[in-house]
Amino acid sequence: MARIIDHPVLGKLDDRKKIPFTFDGKEYEAYETETIAAALLANGVRTLRFHEESGTPRGFYCNIGHCMECRVYVNGQANIRACLTAVKENMAVERGKHHPNLVKRMVENQ
Amino acid sequence: MIDVIVIGAGPAGLAGAIACAEYGLKVTVIDEFVRPGGRLIGQLHQEPSGEWWNGVKESTRLHNEAQKRSVDIRCGVSVYNLEKDKDFWNVHTNTGTLIAPYVLVATGAAEFPIPVPGWTLPGVMSIGAAQVMTNVHRVEVGKKGIIIGANLLAFAILNELQLAGINVEHIVLPEKSPLSQNAGKPEEVLKSLLNAAHLAPSPILRFSSRFMKNRGFRKLGMKFYPKSGVKVNGTPLQLRKAALEILGKDQVEGVLTADIDANGNVVKGTEKIYEADFVCIAGGLYPLAELTVVAGCPFQYVPELGGHVPLHSEKMETPLEGLFVAGNITGIESGKIAIAQGTTAGISIAKYAGKGSTDITKKLEQALRNVHTVRQNAAIQFNPEIANGRRKVYELWDDLYGKEQDSLQEIG
Repeated sequence: MARIIDHPVLGKLDDRKKIPFTFDGKEYEAYETETIAAALLANGVRTLRFHEESGTPRGFYCNIGHCMECRVYVNGQANIRACLTAVKENMAVERGKHHPNLVKRMVENQ
Repeated sequence: MIDVIVIGAGPAGLAGAIACAEYGLKVTVIDEFVRPGGRLIGQLHQEPSGEWWNGVKESTRLHNEAQKRSVDIRCGVSVYNLEKDKDFWNVHTNTGTLIAPYVLVATGAAEFPIPVPGWTLPGVMSIGAAQVMTNVHRVEVGKKGIIIGANLLAFAILNELQLAGINVEHIVLPEKSPLSQNAGKPEEVLKSLLNAAHLAPSPILRFSSRFMKNRGFRKLGMKFYPKSGVKVNGTPLQLRKAALEILGKDQVEGVLTADIDANGNVVKGTEKIYEADFVCIAGGLYPLAELTVVAGCPFQYVPELGGHVPLHSEKMETPLEGLFVAGNITGIESGKIAIAQGTTAGISIAKYAGKGSTDITKKLEQALRNVHTVRQNAAIQFNPEIANGRRKVYELWDDLYGKEQDSLQEIG
């Protein structure tokens, strides 16, 4: 999705420094002070994780830290809210992944 | 050594911090978000006077004022516990524990989620999320949107999305269910919108006047409500359509809708798919009071205020010594009220801390009066019964705690 550069009331976006970061190993650009969720959406990425149990895709929902839907890995640390965390230069962000569920598989295979 | 810890750097928290600092108290404000201002930053609407209420500007003004008074503002800090230890409050955060004799909890509000099948798909978000993405982060949420849920917050943010050039094609209701409650019943929705319109004939909502101002229409009610909807600032408000399911494989691709009768019952065979790449769910706001729960504050359910609120006095004290509240945690109202309440709380805290001269009581009374004035002049009320809700809480406070204080004074 595009950034809203010109706004009739809020005015023009200030020029900000662009910084590189990676998401699942792929390089993207963010503006300094931008949240991970905003930077990824601006790059057309909506899926921030796959549900641990069901594997279904998830994006941000509330965008202000309440719902925990946007949790990602940041530099290896799990459960970081993409909507509250500013991108830092060369930050390595990864999607939350579908976890294996051995018990469920055992039940299914019975 | 900190005198006051303010939790939440929104309008209430910043105003409270400024008032405390003006009386010489050392204040630290903490907030989870990346910048101060809270949800005020995203607000943008035109006042009846024609002037713009620009949340970015207002929050910058408050931030600058706080900085000028050496308030320590820390962003990206999350509070997970709050407990009293003798004379001090321990505020446990992800960056360590802060200790102070006074805490102002100004955590604001959260949005009621309305579960709709398919709502976990990327591209589905709360209406407030779209506001923050648009006005704060300045990133488009999509090219073609649908809002599920018709209330004032939804219309205010619809207006903001349109200002930013974001295309919202339909406003529909959630399907009637125990979870959506009145939000899924056209009659109830219309009733609440008309109540609000009566209070807010301002340009903020930009309703087509034919619909909102015509009393005759009100009498006819939902029976003759046009199927194609009535336009709100160009977007059809379809009170006789419900969202049955949000569709898509990896992200939102559309919404399955159906006609509904005046009570919200689905008319079979009228299913229709609207294409969309984003969906906003608008369930309204409730006071975000978890931290005062953890602290042990007693609560009261006051529907006019948006839900459960921590018991508090008009001076913003809670029954727990040293713990104060301000802003939407005390009831859903505008950012302007939050600022006025924050100021009240700040002066209250300063008074408790023995700051200021004899005129601090007068200052506090002025601040209380100001809250009323701001409320009376408000162009928009989330709940038309807000003043009654406030009165209920203050009367309850007087019943439970006011008399006790009086009798103590008599004994003293």
